[in-house]
Amino acid sequence: MKYMLLMQFSAATAGFPAIDTWTPEVIRAHIGFMQDTNAKLSAAGELVDAQGLAMPDSAKIVRSHGGGAPVVTEGPFPETKEWLAGWWIVDCETPGRALEIAAAISAAPGPGGTPLGMPVEVRQVMSAPTEEL
Amino acid sequence: MTDPGGPVEDLLRALAPQVVGVLTRRFGDFAAAEDAVQEALLAAAVQWPEEGVPANPRGWLIQVARRRMTEEVRSEQARRLREDRVARQVPADRRAAPAADTEDATGRDDTLTLLFLCCHPALSPASALALTLRSVGGLSTAENARAFMVPEATMGQRISRAKQRVKSSGVPFRMPDRGGWAERLDAVLHVLYLIFNEGYVAGVGDDLQRVELSREAIRLTRAVHAALPQDSEVTGLLALMLLTHARSAARTGPGGELIPLAEQDRRRWDAGAIAEGIALITAALPAGPVGPYQVQAAIAAVHDEAATAEETDWPQILALYGVLERISENPVVALNRVVATAMVHGPQAGLAALDAVGADPRLTGHHRVTVVRAHLSEMAGDRGAAAALFRAASRATASLPERHHLAIRAARLTDPGVQPD
Repeated sequence: MKYMLLMQFSAATAGFPAIDTWTPEVIRAHIGFMQDTNAKLSAAGELVDAQGLAMPDSAKIVRSHGGGAPVVTEGPFPETKEWLAGWWIVDCETPGRALEIAAAISAAPGPGGTPLGMPVEVRQVMSAPTEEL
Repeated sequence: MTDPGGPVEDLLRALAPQVVGVLTRRFGDFAAAEDAVQEALLAAAVQWPEEGVPANPRGWLIQVARRRMTEEVRSEQARRLREDRVARQVPADRRAAPAADTEDATGRDDTLTLLFLCCHPALSPASALALTLRSVGGLSTAENARAFMVPEATMGQRISRAKQRVKSSGVPFRMPDRGGWAERLDAVLHVLYLIFNEGYVAGVGDDLQRVELSREAIRLTRAVHAALPQDSEVTGLLALMLLTHARSAARTGPGGELIPLAEQDRRRWDAGAIAEGIALITAALPAGPVGPYQVQAAIAAVHDEAATAEETDWPQILALYGVLERISENPVVALNRVVATAMVHGPQAGLAALDAVGADPRLTGHHRVTVVRAHLSEMAGDRGAAAALFRAASRATASLPERHHLAIRAARLTDPGVQPD
């Protein structure tokens, strides 16, 4: 079963200072933890994909109704309070294992080495039916 | 890539387990033998379609793989260690294996021995599946990765960890003792059934590649059946696969949407596979102890024998689900029996039975319960309730084709303009 783990950021509810205010050592430790986590998932044969996303202030929104030029607008909105910072797609044996991986990611270290407790959304990737209808 | 169904490919898949078997017996190292054979298979897949198949293809593969292994042994300066290991692992009476390049009749037994090794109880189902397809099925890591829609690196790790586990479990390369036989055969059949089901899906990823998995499962189950023709559960599993696979062409519409059994165009079913499956299950049922694969095959046979959905012999299916429920503790079986009950005794009887079955804590929150309730409500004429239930079930399933199918059924019930197709 494949699961997408979405690392959601919320400036209002994060409970920790924004990453660009951290010291370089803390940032390095945080990134090192993420790389280590990915290496472990990869060695277990569970990692399908993992990507970080650029900040939402550089994002574009595209709308098209089929004809004419599509409408492209800047970013979601400058006052965005929540954004998707990155994702993992893992292929694991049980739903419980997906939650376990999400918990490990959530506990990535922040300032002072304290686990951040980031919210990680776990969504099952749609697949094919497993039994006759 | 060469045509996956081509004669060279078929030949390589048939020879792969024999060559791994010969080299594993000779060198006493399954993981290294398996790696070397993969390289030999790749070389053959490139050379043979160009230059023709050699006169002794099995000997050719053994030669190439053995040369590869010998290089490996030399470069590691560990030959003595390996020889010691062989001496320790192989009992004296088995040490005189036939020369690696002589033709012998042990190929068939090797396939079975390899299956027992790859379907080791210490492996997770996903690992056992991957290892079986590579070592016994001769699929490359890349093909395996495509079939399961994961990156090649991920599949590579999965396979190498599985081989490591087999190695550290210390299981020697020979058939398990009589005592361990039944348990291991159960694991083998279960893994083959899982491979079949991986392929028996619709509308996701590369359809052709997935159908390949079902075909491969059938091919491997045929090999087990050839080695153990007297085992009625092996026969039952082969029959079940053939009878189910026979319907695959009719099971999806042009857009990949699911077509339920009752609405399938039965002219598109594979009559040859149905006839073979029915012959197998007819021979197996009276022959040995009745297990769940045989009963499931019998149910599939009753469905396949009906010329139209209306002619389905539901009383017989209901009776078979009763048997299946007694021998396999699976709440989904009880749920299927509810549907059969409704087909025989009417929707109200089905709904009453569903209340009892749905109370099973293992089915709590399971969308299949909602699907069955929706289906029975529709049968009972309660269109409003049925539509709401189909919508709820479509939101709860993790299967994309099933979600579309359920959403369409809900829409049909609410919008009189939408006709059943």
